[in-house]
Amino acid sequence: MSQVNPLHYNGGAVFAATGNQCVAIAADRRFGQAQLTLACDANRLFRVHDRLVLGLTGLATDCLTLAERVRMRTNLYRLGEKREPKPATISALVSALLYERRFAPYFVEPVIVGLSGDNKPYCCSMDLLGTPMETDEFVAAGTCAESLYGTGETFWRPGLDPEDLFEVTAQCMLAALDRDCLSGWGAVVYVLHSEGVTVRELKARMD
Amino acid sequence: MADSASSFSLTVFSSSGKLNQLEYALKAVQAGATALGIRAKNGCVIATEKRLPSALADARTIRKVEAITAEIGAVYAGMGPDYRIMVKKARNAAQKYYQVYRESIPVHQLVREVATVMQEFTQSGGVRPFGMSMLIAGHDEEGPQLAQVDPSGSFFFWKATAIGKNMVNAKTFLEKRYQDDVELEDAIHMAILTLKEGFDGKMMEHNIEIGVVGAERRFRALTPAEIRDYLGEVE
Repeated sequence: MSQVNPLHYNGGAVFAATGNQCVAIAADRRFGQAQLTLACDANRLFRVHDRLVLGLTGLATDCLTLAERVRMRTNLYRLGEKREPKPATISALVSALLYERRFAPYFVEPVIVGLSGDNKPYCCSMDLLGTPMETDEFVAAGTCAESLYGTGETFWRPGLDPEDLFEVTAQCMLAALDRDCLSGWGAVVYVLHSEGVTVRELKARMD
Repeated sequence: MADSASSFSLTVFSSSGKLNQLEYALKAVQAGATALGIRAKNGCVIATEKRLPSALADARTIRKVEAITAEIGAVYAGMGPDYRIMVKKARNAAQKYYQVYRESIPVHQLVREVATVMQEFTQSGGVRPFGMSMLIAGHDEEGPQLAQVDPSGSFFFWKATAIGKNMVNAKTFLEKRYQDDVELEDAIHMAILTLKEGFDGKMMEHNIEIGVVGAERRFRALTPAEIRDYLGEVE
């Protein structure tokens, strides 16, 4: 199955959760070809600006292409409008870029997190055609999305502050990664909060 | 298209470095009915004369003030049919922006889109420049804004301005009257008084048009009944 589904071919998982005036996003580090692990320094999180991160899992080549297209469009937006795009704006842009390729889609599952001007958290996931699903709780994507939803429902609670949110996000991620052989090999967690961005590397089982 | 014999550009430089087609386009603007706009503290107003071709024409069917989006509207001086085409293009550009970003187009972006089309028509083959200048008024995150776009494709943002037949007098009038902290209601009165300068015949609710966008960020053309009330207030 994993050899024919391009969304699962390279493996990978992304989890994002909101807190009180903060939002976190985590991704694993594995890059594989079906069951074969090729690298454990994959980067699935793309910083659009200091208060906005795009997470992409799925077919690695499409993830990179889409990330570059988003980067280009964001840069053009900045030049034209002389302001930083809001999280919902980037969400709409990614959705439009995906639906543009309705009949030959990018095999990606995007997750977008950000903070608006008043530090309100924004959290949104999408399918490969760009259907947005905004939430004020948590979202998961990737080969262990089901497990991540399970750990999220167990550990996450509303109103977490940045430190607790990091802990919850990391535990959700690690517990789910241990139950999936197509993702794992370390993880990285970004926490966006009123003071800026905190990035932490997680050690995980390396088998 | 570009290589066919009939598609050469009509807008070519004269030996003195001028684009005569653009000069003629500006003449068409100068011959058009006066239109003006004022940016107030909490909104924008645009207004124009509406001269009817005949006493028998149905004034209600002629609209010079048009909404482009919910919060942006426009008016023109010059050739009506050219304006209609540009309104259509502007609305299209605005919806295209909305489809990508899911937020309404900022005034500056819309003005740039309109100006880009105007410029294309000075450099493309087989076309002539637009014979009208446009005033675009809107209210977005940056606050109320008033812009003018010319046939050349250049655009300007104003506190208050006028285009068309009586623009010089109207601008002088506005320069004397304008204050930075003017309220929208006072700006509407100022717009009517400015139009009144050099207005042929009696100003009535059916021979002028007014568009306003206020703090609630909704652009709309005033109804004849509302215009009648404002006309009563300034007398």
